[in-house]
Amino acid sequence: MDMQVPKKKLGLKERYTLMTRDLAWDTTYQPKEKVYPYADYEGIRIHDWDKWEDPFRLTMDAYWKYQAEKERKLYAIIDAYSQSNGHLGVTDARYLNAIKIFLTAVTPLEHMAHRGFAHAGRAFPGAGARVACQMQAIDEMRHAQTQIHSLSNYNKYYNGFHDFTHMYDRVWYLSVPKSFFDDAITAGPFEFMVAVGFSFEYVLTNLLFVPFVSGAAYNGDMGTMTFGFSAQSDEARHMTLGLECIKFILEQDPANLPIVQRWIDKWCWRGVRLLSIVAMMMDYMLPKRVMSWKEAWEIYFEENGGALFKDLARYGIKMPACAEQIRLEKDHLSHQVWATFYNYGGATDFHTWMPTEDEMQWLSQKYPDTFDTYYRPRFEFWREQQEKGNRFYNQTLPMLCQTCQIPMLFTEPGDPTKICYRERTYKGNKYHFCSDHCQHIFDNEPEKYVQAWLPVNQIYQGNCFPEGTDPSAPGFDPLAAVLEYYRLNIGRDNGEFEGSEDHRNFEAWRGMAKRND
Amino acid sequence: MQVAAVKDYVGVPRDVVDNFHGNQLVFIGWDDHLMFCAPLAFPFPPTLRFGDIVEKVLPGAYGYHPDWAKIDWSKVEWMKSGEPWTPHFNRSLAENGIGHKDAIRFRTPGLTGIQGSCS
Repeated sequence: MDMQVPKKKLGLKERYTLMTRDLAWDTTYQPKEKVYPYADYEGIRIHDWDKWEDPFRLTMDAYWKYQAEKERKLYAIIDAYSQSNGHLGVTDARYLNAIKIFLTAVTPLEHMAHRGFAHAGRAFPGAGARVACQMQAIDEMRHAQTQIHSLSNYNKYYNGFHDFTHMYDRVWYLSVPKSFFDDAITAGPFEFMVAVGFSFEYVLTNLLFVPFVSGAAYNGDMGTMTFGFSAQSDEARHMTLGLECIKFILEQDPANLPIVQRWIDKWCWRGVRLLSIVAMMMDYMLPKRVMSWKEAWEIYFEENGGALFKDLARYGIKMPACAEQIRLEKDHLSHQVWATFYNYGGATDFHTWMPTEDEMQWLSQKYPDTFDTYYRPRFEFWREQQEKGNRFYNQTLPMLCQTCQIPMLFTEPGDPTKICYRERTYKGNKYHFCSDHCQHIFDNEPEKYVQAWLPVNQIYQGNCFPEGTDPSAPGFDPLAAVLEYYRLNIGRDNGEFEGSEDHRNFEAWRGMAKRND
Repeated sequence: MQVAAVKDYVGVPRDVVDNFHGNQLVFIGWDDHLMFCAPLAFPFPPTLRFGDIVEKVLPGAYGYHPDWAKIDWSKVEWMKSGEPWTPHFNRSLAENGIGHKDAIRFRTPGLTGIQGSCS
């Protein structure tokens, strides 16, 4: 008869080896370079992939178990939040506009991160790096999904949430996050890891997540807060992977250092330009503020990032060259960016407004050297004009930076009264930049950036109208046609917050929830 | 290095003048008036008289600003690609040497925006 032999339970380490590196194999009937065609062309030299230290000992079966548990909790809270009309508990309806930006500008990036890590995982010849990238790819997919599910609740009640995937590929301000990630995923696997795994996830992610998640907590948005917390344990893993990857590359060959340094310089700058939208969100869009952008920058970049770069100094890595310019910009960034969205608020899927007097006092206090001198006069003028029924909208499309694709709104480092203009000619064509750093990025790879899809230039080429539009028809209104192409509902999604449908509905519904009339 | 790529790779510039249906792009910025958050982009035919931009186009773009009506055009200082430059109002863009995607700035001495804040 058969004897039941109790199976020997595998130790954690054994199990880990079997379930990760042991899944790899060496090629036999194809040369390795053909199987991993993207491993060498960036110039990074790796001599021994076995030296890769796995930053987290997690196997796929354990991963599914943890994530499933988190999902159950998350969806229970989201259900409770939506069934109890949780949306009426947020501080005021202006807050929702911050969440619209999150859905249109951040969630699609989670999906792109999924694609990028899947590609990097396929491209790396080392099994350890492959497994880590694969898990992060799945995390990123999960983040996109949980964000969409959490925020879909708001789409039932408020404008501007209805077509974020369509908008991501078209709307002018979304070309900034889109081009950021398109740049990263069209780079090789090593640059992608330095760009997203290290520069974004490790150096800058706190400046994205803390403001949004704490902002949600401060402003009564339990749905957003919950997906934020659910993603947080993943983020910790992602940060560890980014750091491990950098250290591994640098330890493999001294020739890797200048390449990695150039990528860090590039991606820290690109990341900071991308985060300028978070700066304005923190200082202008949260009815209940968490902290100022400047304070967040000082804690998360200057202090934490400073310590990180000190730690990396033993590999020869230096603080990115752009740090000095960012230090000069931190007193100005949020005001300049909010002013830009106020200029072009007619063409966004979210509302803009001028701060109240109380809020201006908060800004004066947080930015004592700049707000009253440079920005308060402008904002008070706009508020007065709006009260007279003459709300300011810029009537002409702006000039854009060829690299970051942001309107050329940034001022000269050290002179906040002058726009910073930089230009260069390449193969007989002129290109313009918002900064020396954006110009350097172009100069390093002009063949890549000459192809930039700049929304303003595309509109003027006639490429941003709905199919079948005849621009020569009498009475043709180009702006209306562009907004239709964006699938933006004119008069509902865009423009001034005061008196908008969101504003009126929120006040009416909250009134019904509190009173018996 | 022109680009990092696995094989020979040449990018196709997306904004060459031929793509603008007879127009060229011209960028115009009004110094010390940051109420207009960035320089403006316009598609103009190269035959357009420069004076027509100032007289017919810019009022629609900048007229909202209280300083606009106060400009003394005989004192305005112009720059092209960051260098001092003098336009001829009665000549066309092409005759003025304004090429595709040129950036032009003008400064209006004595006018520095809302309460002198360069807004």
